[in-house]
Amino acid sequence: MELLSPAGSLPALRAAVDEGADAVYLGFKDDTNARHFAGLNFTDKTLNQGVNYAHQHQRKVHVAVNTFSHPTRCHTWFDAVEKARDIGADVLIASNIAVLEYAATHHPDLELHLSVQASATNVAAINFFKQFGISRAVLPRVLSFQQVANLAKDSDVELEVFAFGSLCIMAEGRCYLSSYMTGESPNTAGACSPAKYVRWQETPDGLESRLNNVLIDRFQDDEKTGYPTLCKGRFDVDGRVVHALEAPTSLNTLEILPQLKNISISALKIEGRQRSPTYTRQVTRVWRQAIDLVNKQPENFKVKAQWNQCLSELSEGSQTTLGAYERTWQ
Amino acid sequence: MKFSVGNVLFYWPKCTLEAFYEQASQSSADCIYLGESVCSKRREFSLNDWLEIGKKLQSQGKQVVLTSLALLEAKSELASLKKICLNGNFLVEANDFGAVEILSEAQIPFVAGAALNIYNQYDLKLLVDKGMKRWVMPVELSRDWLRQVLEACEELGIRDKFEVEVYGFGFLPLAYSARCFTARSENKPKDQCQLCCINYPQGKEINSQENTQLFRMNGIQTMSGKIQNLINDLPSMKGLVDIVRISPNTQDSLAWLTLFKQNLHGDSAIALQDYCNGFWHKIEGMATT
Repeated sequence: MELLSPAGSLPALRAAVDEGADAVYLGFKDDTNARHFAGLNFTDKTLNQGVNYAHQHQRKVHVAVNTFSHPTRCHTWFDAVEKARDIGADVLIASNIAVLEYAATHHPDLELHLSVQASATNVAAINFFKQFGISRAVLPRVLSFQQVANLAKDSDVELEVFAFGSLCIMAEGRCYLSSYMTGESPNTAGACSPAKYVRWQETPDGLESRLNNVLIDRFQDDEKTGYPTLCKGRFDVDGRVVHALEAPTSLNTLEILPQLKNISISALKIEGRQRSPTYTRQVTRVWRQAIDLVNKQPENFKVKAQWNQCLSELSEGSQTTLGAYERTWQ
Repeated sequence: MKFSVGNVLFYWPKCTLEAFYEQASQSSADCIYLGESVCSKRREFSLNDWLEIGKKLQSQGKQVVLTSLALLEAKSELASLKKICLNGNFLVEANDFGAVEILSEAQIPFVAGAALNIYNQYDLKLLVDKGMKRWVMPVELSRDWLRQVLEACEELGIRDKFEVEVYGFGFLPLAYSARCFTARSENKPKDQCQLCCINYPQGKEINSQENTQLFRMNGIQTMSGKIQNLINDLPSMKGLVDIVRISPNTQDSLAWLTLFKQNLHGDSAIALQDYCNGFWHKIEGMATT
């Protein structure tokens, strides 16, 4: 199982390589990238440095061009494909069928992975995307373990699953909540709950977080605050104020690592290009150790307490979940 | 301009559905979508029931389209999808690329539903080549975006190969999840949901702590908190949109067909303060212009 770590910046990329990631994934500083956040991502200079660093250490670089191209600016997405190839990327990760087709027809030699943003959750959908020559599909975080196992059996492309990180509660690529509230879509602008719409305000009722003026949450002094990702706000349902969609929490699949190995999952993805290099370093270190252990002792694999502790501390709301692998979700 | 009645996105009891389609058959709708696009556990009507209703509507002059699930996870769901796609009579609305795969393999023409991520002319070209006859635009796109796509389609020579449909009226489907929010709101695990969605024929409100209507939960689907209403935007659809969809939330939603038709040229506009129309105007979807 390949360990794929997030690189939102050159220091994060170096940290991932140093801690034993088999590959890193990154994106450009524009809206072709589903993590298009201010202060993040790679300039041409840092890109070359990053690719060189990874390749010197025999690690792979995956470039994500994983938003959906605008009708008047399709060339921006196609140019991003060209650029990925020119800088020596080992893999292109894409979701838009226009982009996939461009890559398939212009650069059939470039390894192509289907982005999670393409929302392929079943074997027929994966088969649809096979026409573009994808060698791997990244699965949305909505499937139960049995469903992932079935796909592994029924599909002949490699499967990559999310192992750890902030949890999208919705099927990726199929969520317009953020554009409903801000006008900017993760699918076409590359950011959910964009920072420029966020406002924090001290009030007599507590510290309020707002997104485009909508109250997302209100925190008392003893509560841990969190970024106002709109699906993780506290809202009123039936007269009760609750985390109506999802509480701030992170996915952690350490517990089912041996099972993921058993069904021949090809790669484990760590979410978090928007997080710090320290995050990438610490998470990569834990998962490197865990994967090495499961490879050595698949029968006697046990999650170490210090791994979970480290991951919890790096998690949203300091909580973790098995997400769609939890029985109550199914 | 033609008008369609979208499939019922909520979970309605069988008798309500029967009454609704009886009324729909008498309505001025040109096209009626039938079937389930949200949750495979909703089985008040079997596929055979839908096919029967479809035949009746067809005999009354309506075009009938069978819709399909947007989020397909289980093998059993894929098996049901195949039956829908290969029904042999009605056009099918594909809401997942899995459906596009099944339909195009069988060389059956199809409607590309709003849940497919189709954002540009090259996406459309690819689907036209696969047999797409109609494109239901993703609900988050604007008039401006549509105009640009269609101009580019003109250049590619495919503008006349498909119809364009937009959501004109209704709660908008915004997101799909593994998790059932309605079951969760009743502290029920998803696999013991007791089909509780049937108790919420218009979904369940999610409001902010300041009582702003934000979203509406509908099982695994999250919808807009407000109804989108493009009645006053009909004149701006001329030359761009072929079919306007009324997505029903009550039996009375069919009355909007008449109101929409009366305002085709903008001379019977209505006040929109309780509705939204932001997406069409390239701003936040929840906004009202």
